[in-house]
This record gives sequence, structure tokens and C-alpha cells, in this order.
Amino acid sequence: MAQIRIRNVRKDFGAFNAVKSSTFTIEDGEFFMLLGPSGCGKTTTLRMMAGLELPTSGEIFIDGEEVGQKPASQRDIAFVFQMFALYPHMNVGRNIAYPLHSQGMPRAEVRRRVDEVARILGISDILDRPVGGLSGGDRQRVALGRAIVRDPKAFLMDEPLGALDAEFREHMSLELRALHDRMGATTVYVTHDQLEAMQMGDKIVVMNHGVVEQFGVPQDIYDWPATRFVAQFIGSPPMNFLGFHGMLGKGTTSVTLDGAQFEVPALQEGAHGDLIFGVRPEHVHLDDAAPYRGRVIATEYLGTTQIVTLDTPLGPVKTRVASHRAIRAGDTTGLRFDARTITLFSAETGRALQSHGNAGGLRHG
Amino acid sequence: MSFSVTDPTPRTKWFAGLAVALYALITLMPLLWIIATGFKSPADSIAYPPKMVFQPTLEGYVNLFTTRTRIKEADLANLPPADTWYDRIVREQGQIIAGPSRYGERFMNSVIIGFGSTALCMILGTAAAYAFSRFRVPLKDDLLFFILSTRMMPPIAVAIPIFLMFRNLGLNDTHIGMILLYTAVNLSLSVWLLKGFIDEIPVEYEEAALIDGYTRFQAFCKVVLPQAATGIASTAIFCLIFAWNEYAFAVLLTSGTAQTAPPFIPTIIGVGGKDWPAVAAGATIFLVPVMVFTILLRKHLLRGITFGAVRK
Ligand SMILES: Nc1ncnc2c1ncn2[C@@H]1O[C@H](COP(=O)(O)OP(=O)(O)OP(=O)(O)O)[C@@H](O)[C@H]1O
Ligand SMILES: [Mg+2]
Repeated sequence: MAQIRIRNVRKDFGAFNAVKSSTFTIEDGEFFMLLGPSGCGKTTTLRMMAGLELPTSGEIFIDGEEVGQKPASQRDIAFVFQMFALYPHMNVGRNIAYPLHSQGMPRAEVRRRVDEVARILGISDILDRPVGGLSGGDRQRVALGRAIVRDPKAFLMDEPLGALDAEFREHMSLELRALHDRMGATTVYVTHDQLEAMQMGDKIVVMNHGVVEQFGVPQDIYDWPATRFVAQFIGSPPMNFLGFHGMLGKGTTSVTLDGAQFEVPALQEGAHGDLIFGVRPEHVHLDDAAPYRGRVIATEYLGTTQIVTLDTPLGPVKTRVASHRAIRAGDTTGLRFDARTITLFSAETGRALQSHGNAGGLRHG
Repeated sequence: MSFSVTDPTPRTKWFAGLAVALYALITLMPLLWIIATGFKSPADSIAYPPKMVFQPTLEGYVNLFTTRTRIKEADLANLPPADTWYDRIVREQGQIIAGPSRYGERFMNSVIIGFGSTALCMILGTAAAYAFSRFRVPLKDDLLFFILSTRMMPPIAVAIPIFLMFRNLGLNDTHIGMILLYTAVNLSLSVWLLKGFIDEIPVEYEEAALIDGYTRFQAFCKVVLPQAATGIASTAIFCLIFAWNEYAFAVLLTSGTAQTAPPFIPTIIGVGGKDWPAVAAGATIFLVPVMVFTILLRKHLLRGITFGAVRK
């Protein structure tokens, strides 16, 4: 098993720049998520780690060895494709055995390894079946089997659950995570589903337009987004943004929005001009006595909670409140924000301002 | 009886069956006629009105494979009795066998040239199609169009230059010359057909093989080729049928050593032009290899490609 280090990696397709100078490190044994919207360069980044695509510039280290320009066959990693890519002319057993044949492993040993992997994945009874007729879940397991049978340095998975239906995804994601915990193998997992990333990952890299926006543990990324993009992409509903104009010095602990004072974590850098006040819906509290006012324009019932949308002087705000509270559209109420959880962004760059709150978790790409 | 949108009614089925049977009869008629003629006597073969019922004989087949000389009645009577069935058939015509005919050789020439050019065409065509399908080839679209353009004029339009070229290169009447020629003619169609088939094979299969520790060439042989088998088989049939039946170039460029069966068969008719059964026998035998080849590959033509393992 191995550590994977990406340093200043860039990829151009002709004139199009798909990945811009990315740097991050995947520690040995980590379950690492590459998260971002469609077209942001996740697959390209993963394929460069695998050797299916060569970086235009930059370095990729696997276990300290620079492999950036090496062909895939020499990197000793396994790749699980979104569509599984099981060899259609081979049965399940031969699909799993195929990576071992390339190493010239003796037949008996191959047999033993395939049986062992099949047992781990619970597919011993379908080893002789052709792959054509398998269910999505079984294909997924066969694809995993083909990946783990070789005991590679790392597993790279490109949206491996993307082809499964919602219900089964849930089940398979638990199975995958359990398998990882059992084997402790370094795993890089590409997804565009932020919930999946938060649930499964030890660490997350968030990408957008070929840029690494943030890299860290899920909790830090959720609580202290490094950019406005991350704040919006992660969380459902996303963070609320209130635009304001201000001049904030270093050490500032409160800001004024539409005449109301709000406490914020002490700033470690000064800023002025167009700024954004960011607060997560669960940190917005409805309080009739609060001076910052809003009018309820919609409520969405979600079972135990409800999402209430309010129109406020600086823009719409969503909040998550218990569903037993009777709130009707048209009501007017005051809003309070949890002071310790506020993030301020520069409107121009979208970057979060350094504060006492995010100082620990913030790491830009 | 329940009504179904997709299943035809019995009456529709009956009509469809009738139409197919009629069509089959019309298309198969000439073929059946040739096969029947091969088993007629020369007299029966030119009888008018045509004979549907006749006494079958192997005379045509014996004549096809032999050269014969006519001898006097008296000499024929003095010969020791014929010891094989074909001797007997020949003597009944007042002739004796002088030796084997050239049909066997010509037939073998057709086999060598037909299958040789088909094999060469498949090797070159698959390699070219794979490159066009998978790699960034400079001027790819122009090259593909250029390749196809060689197909746009009838090959025979360039017969004279090819004839001169072959004469200067010493390729006239050689197997290798004919193999090269038929390969050149078939290659454009092959590249286009095969590229279509290879485009259909998801590139992930090869990438999976690369990751599994195989070289690109191994991935090509072990993963792409089995997947492309259907396409290769159908393309090979097209190529073989063309090379097998080609007449114009064969007449022009071959006369002896490398002559194929199509230009040879009409010469069987012999002096006086009445040995139609032998011609028909030659044509019948000539049909067999392509038929067998097509039937052998039919499994590949009909078998659906198992794209099931990759969900698109
Ligand atoms: N071979 C290629 N040639 C040209 N452009 C490419 C190539 N591969 C990817 N791209 C482009 O690079 C960008 C990033 O692609 P990539 O596949 O990495 O995105 P992704 O984050 O995996 O998206 P998705 O969630 O849709 O899979 C896209 O705009 C894509 O069009
Ligand atoms: Mg992708």
C-alpha cells in the first residue's frame, strides 16, 4: 500500500486546460474522495494517477517514486471503471484472474487467489457465469474482485457506483467502505455526489474548473469552506450568502448587515469592498426579537425538519428548523446567526477570509 | 384470441412466408439450374424445351477434370475393358482420357489468391482501423476520405496503368501480384467497415487490460480482437466474395500459372461449344468454398456482440 503525492500537475488537451496546477497528498491507507461538478477534471486527474493519461507538466509520486510519465502497466495500481469494463468474452472467474495471468503466476496460485477474493466479495457461486447477464451489483463486485486480486499499491475508482440505482448505491457504498476498512488499502474515489463524499471519505479534495478548491477532512470542508464555490457545492441546502459592502480590519469580531450587528470569528486578515457573509442553514435561528428581519416565502417539509426560505434585505436565506414549528408563508420574523460558524468571503475572488474559526482547516489548492 | 401489437396475425405471417418463398425461388432458380445442368448429358443440357426431368450423369464432372482424345470405334473395341467408372463414362462418348485438365490448378489458384488477399486485407485493415479508431492520427479525416476515394471509381478503369505497372514489375500472372491487387482494391472498404466495428468497442476494455499489466499490443490481441471478431468475420466475407468472383482483372493479368477459375471456366466449353455440363460442373464446384466460408462464419455474423458488460 502506498502514499500518492500530486505536485503541480497540469493537463492540457490541445488548447483546452482540463486540470490546472493541482497539488495534494493522499496518505497511505486513506479513503480519499475527489469531488467536484461534472467536467471539473476529476476523471482526468484520476487517469493521470493511473497512467492512462500523461500529465502535461508536474509530478506524481507513488510511494516516493516519480511515475508521472510511466505507462499504466508499470504502476501497480488498480482501476475500477464507472461502467466496470468487465471483459465480455470471459466469464467471471477469468475476469478476476486476468490481472494475475499478466504476471505469469502459476495456475494453482491464481486459482487460490481468485477463490479467496470471490469468498471475500460473496461471489463464489457465480465464478463460472458469463458477465453479460449479471446484475449491476454483481458486476460491481466482479470489477472490485479484479481490482483487489492483485493486491495493488492503490485502488482508483471512477464513480464506481454511478451505474447503480439509488437504493443499491447506499448498500454498495457501505460494502465498499467496509472492504476498505478491512484491507486498509489506499483508495482514491471520484464522485460528483457531495453526500457520498462526506459519508465515505477520510479526506476530500474539491475541484472546480480544473482547480483544487480545497483539500481536507469532511468536517473541516463542511464547517470552514475555503471558497465560496465549496460552500455552495457542499451541503444541502447550500450555505446562505449575504452580500454586503464593508471595510474590515484585522481582528474584527463583528460586521453590520443592513444596520444589524453580527458577531463573527475574529478575522486574521483585513478586507474591504464587496464582501459576502456566509452561514449554513442549520446555524440560522428564527427569533422574533432579532433586529435583522425577514419574511417567510416558502417552507419545505422534510419529515423531522423543514427548510424555511426567507426574504431578507440582503438576499434570500434558508434555514433548517424542527418540523413541528408552525411557520407559514407571509410571516415576518427576525434572524439570528450562530456567531462561531460564520465565514466571510471576498466577493471578488470568492476566497474565504482567514479567521480564528477556519485557521486550522483552511488549505488552498 | 388476444390482440397483440407486436406479434403478426396468422394471415400476415402466411403472406410474409409466401413472399419470402417466392423471392427465394426466384433468386435460387439460376443456381439450381446450374447445379442441375452439371448432371445432364450435353444433349439434355441444350434440349428444347428444357428438360426438367432427366437421366443424371457424372459426364460433366468427368469432362471437367480430364482432357480427352477421340479415337476410332475399332480401336476403342480393341482396348482392354475400362477399369474405372470415369474411364467408362469417357469411352461411352467414343473418347479416351489423355490426362487431367487444368481445372484443379486454376481452382487452387483461386483459393490461394482469394484467401491470401482476404487474410492480408484483414491484417492490414484491422491494424489501420485500430489506429484510426484509437490514436490521434494527423489529418485523420482527410486520410480516411482519401482511402475511401480509391473505391469511388470502378477498379477496371485503371486496368491499363495496372497492366503496365505489373508488366514492369514482373507481377504479371503471379500469385503475389493478384493477391496484392485484390488486397489493394478491398482494403478501403475493410478499413471503413472495421473502423466502425472497433469504434463500437469501449476503450475501457483496453485500458482495463493496460492497468492489469498488459502491453498495448497484448491488450489489442487479447481484448480488442475477440471483441471485433464479428466485424472481422463479416468484412472477410465481403473481401473474399470480391476476390473470388473477380473476372476482369483476372482475364487481363493472368493467363497461366496464376490464372484463377473465373477466366478459366468459360474455356472449358471446348471446340464446338457444346460441353455445357462441364462448365456447369466447374461453376458448381466453384461456388462451394465461399458458401462453406460464409456458413462457417455465420455464427459470428449472427451472434450479438456482448456489449452487456459495459452499460452505455
Ligand atoms: N481526451 C480528451 N480530449 C479533450 N478534452 C477532454 C478529454 N478528456 C476530457 N476532456 C475535457 O476535460 C474536462 C474535464 O474532463 P473530466 O472527464 O476529467 O471531467 P470529470 O470531472 O470527470 O467530469 P464528469 O463528472 O462529467 O465525469 C472536460 O471539459 C472534458 O471535456
Ligand atoms: Mg468523470
